[in-house]
Amino acid sequence: MRIVVALASCLAACAAYAAPIGYEGARHLLNRTGFGATDAQAREYAALEREAAVERLLAATRREASIPPPAFVDAPFEPYYRLKQLGADDRKAALRRLLEQGFELRGWWLREMIATPSPLTERMTLFWHNHFATSQQKVRASRLMYRQNALLRRESTGNFATLLHAIAKDPAMLVYLDNAGNRKQAPNENFAREVMELFTLGEGRYGEQDVKEAARAFTGWSLDRDTGEFTFRRMWHDFGDKSVLGKSGHLDGDDVLDVLLGRPETAQFIAGKLWREFVSPKPDAREVARWAALFRGSGYEVKPLLRVIFTSDAFWAPGNRGSLIKSPVDLVVGTLRTFEIRPFDLRPAVFAVASLGQNPFSPPNVKGWPGGEAWINSSTLLGRKQWLDRVFRGSDPAVRAPQEPDRDDGAATGPKAPGERFRAMMERAMADYTFDGERFIRSLPVSSDGAARVDKLVLAAPPVNPPPEDADAAERVRILVADPAYQLK
Amino acid sequence: MTPGRRAFLRLASLAPFAGAGGLARALALPQSRKLLVLVELKGGNDGLNMVVPYADPRYAALRPRLAIARDQVVKLTDAAGLHPSLAPLGPIWGARQLAVVQGVGYPQPNLSHFRSIEIWDTASKSDQYLEAGWLARAFALSPSPASFTADGVVVGPNAMGPLAGPGARAIALSNPERFLRNARLAHAEGPSRNAALDHILRVERDVIVSAQRLQAGRAFAAQFPRGPFGNAAVTAAQLAANEAGIAVVRLSLASFDTHANQLGTHAALLKQLGEGLAALREALVEIGRWDSTLIATYAEFGRRPRENESGGTDHGTSSAHLVLGGAVKGGLYGAPPALDRLDGNGNLPFAVDFRSYYSTFLARWWGMDAAAVVGTGFRSLDFI
Repeated sequence: MRIVVALASCLAACAAYAAPIGYEGARHLLNRTGFGATDAQAREYAALEREAAVERLLAATRREASIPPPAFVDAPFEPYYRLKQLGADDRKAALRRLLEQGFELRGWWLREMIATPSPLTERMTLFWHNHFATSQQKVRASRLMYRQNALLRRESTGNFATLLHAIAKDPAMLVYLDNAGNRKQAPNENFAREVMELFTLGEGRYGEQDVKEAARAFTGWSLDRDTGEFTFRRMWHDFGDKSVLGKSGHLDGDDVLDVLLGRPETAQFIAGKLWREFVSPKPDAREVARWAALFRGSGYEVKPLLRVIFTSDAFWAPGNRGSLIKSPVDLVVGTLRTFEIRPFDLRPAVFAVASLGQNPFSPPNVKGWPGGEAWINSSTLLGRKQWLDRVFRGSDPAVRAPQEPDRDDGAATGPKAPGERFRAMMERAMADYTFDGERFIRSLPVSSDGAARVDKLVLAAPPVNPPPEDADAAERVRILVADPAYQLK
Repeated sequence: MTPGRRAFLRLASLAPFAGAGGLARALALPQSRKLLVLVELKGGNDGLNMVVPYADPRYAALRPRLAIARDQVVKLTDAAGLHPSLAPLGPIWGARQLAVVQGVGYPQPNLSHFRSIEIWDTASKSDQYLEAGWLARAFALSPSPASFTADGVVVGPNAMGPLAGPGARAIALSNPERFLRNARLAHAEGPSRNAALDHILRVERDVIVSAQRLQAGRAFAAQFPRGPFGNAAVTAAQLAANEAGIAVVRLSLASFDTHANQLGTHAALLKQLGEGLAALREALVEIGRWDSTLIATYAEFGRRPRENESGGTDHGTSSAHLVLGGAVKGGLYGAPPALDRLDGNGNLPFAVDFRSYYSTFLARWWGMDAAAVVGTGFRSLDFI
């Protein structure tokens, strides 16, 4: 009897596995692994089986962005000490320029998210940005922020061990977590603590003594003050014996990172975080353990892990669909992609995501964005609805300056509103952010199940307020994007 | 509109929805509840330069560049004085309506911004992880009157902090006019089995209920300072003027993480704070709410007594906090900073557990069972 049941369930599972993922499945896969999807893209993937669909996504990943970065990334590094030497007015002007560059950088990244042939690459780049959270509020230099972004993208679906070693020497990270000033004479524990707590093991899986010893190992990992490049300062390095998590010897920074990579907790920590990114808010301990073992066994190759996640039953389980709250980037970039809204000027999109609580390159602190339900309070929810209302119904054309995004450690942040001229510029730019209902209807194939398909394209969960039967496709979209269920993915 | 939705809206106008707290609300509701305005000093405020122990020679010794000189402070007692930027609070001290609580902290202090504010927001032990904010837990146990606009309002788009979690009917807004203008976009629907959707629907319901009762646009004779904190203080005054009550308003003032060149930055921040609070007091007096409002500051930590090499201060532990209101018994509470008893990191011991500070609001201001919220063993203070 047991064999029969097992056989039957296997047959059911195998059948599901071999069947095409269907239109809804395609929307689910593309939304979760990227940012939104058009009807045409969903139809294209609908015919594929689970494995083939995932292979196609994985085959398209990139190591570089598809559109060229802002010109300033090639300009010479502006040393920090020079900034300090400037008079008040010049300093102000220099900081203003950095702010504008940062704005440009954000626009570039959002454009890449919209235009890229591999949205998965950008989603993983954003995932690592949130994991190795670094903020321009402290780093200031836009060029260093860009370099870190390029590093995150290069290894986004590559190798986590490689990424970890590189990020520890990444100039923006060295500045952000103060390791640039970590010297034998006055060890700074900031990076040593966060690399264990937030980048590898997770909180409570190391002791205070481990932090102290690891901090000594990272002494001398610094920044060349003129070039902004990583440099090893021998005079600052503590060459003495150290002991971290039971491993002793003349450990240097790379040795400590290898100790951390040698611990099973690291793979578990990353696998659990990927579950919450891709599957649901509540990780299943057994499945996460399976992923972690595989991740560790492969020497931290990311792509094989993603393959396992995206083909897992958990990823496809009906109960996990629509269980995640869209981030501001999901909402804004996903909406622009799904409805093929291609604005010329990305600044209003940068403002939108920042005011909704996710300012790229400026996470609130080293822990990154808390995400999940924390994305939604009455202020941000009404902000989301107002933005959607503007795009889909053209109402309330006044674009208000966003509030300063939340931030733990203070310092003024984010793009600021320099008054009326700015508002006028934003209003002009926002004109492009308009849903074209006529074009949307024309883009749909003629079929009898039009209404049902629009619902499946737009929503990951049934609408709370279903549109009337007789609404045409464009009106249906306008109603569905205003539905609370549109905030889910 | 579907008939179901209409029925729901009708229902919504009769009774607030509070998820699990709904029954409690229906059974034992207080008729009114006094207002608490919390002001978060984000980034870790330098308590030593806010409430200056000017007579302690160790203070000047630890801070050769940063110490506020004896003749600069707004003198409170022979031992303590306020930073000169807080001069607008001088008259409130004179009226004995300003309590200065020194040495507020907790055992085994955590020096990370986000972990320490999490401890403060959830009123947890240093090594304990709690999901809901302390005020969300308090309102789950003892909801505000059903007629209230909300249990709590967070001014600004910031995280909900002490109001996070399903226990409280809480909203966030930047200004009431904009909130009301956008509230038309919210839907009022019942709960959902999808946890994520349920959270969104709960926020939508809170928006609808609050918007029905929120009044905007009240103007005051009081002159508020320009800038974000002044604007937030105006919003707080407008919320206080609301006919339908609100139990908590949370404001915040950011950028207290003064690791470098602290003097000017800190003076400017405290100026915003002092002027904003003094104007808020004036407005509250104007609308007759000064006696039924308590204003209290909090922060994740104070700063290290010894100044650093960059003319700033690093993350510290215990700190001073200010409580003002018509019902406050002015004076110094807690204990002066023990500059002779710094720990291995050069940080201060604490004299008052922050949960005792919270206990005072819960038990003495609202008459709640404080132990049920913050745990036992935290005695209230005598400032009210």
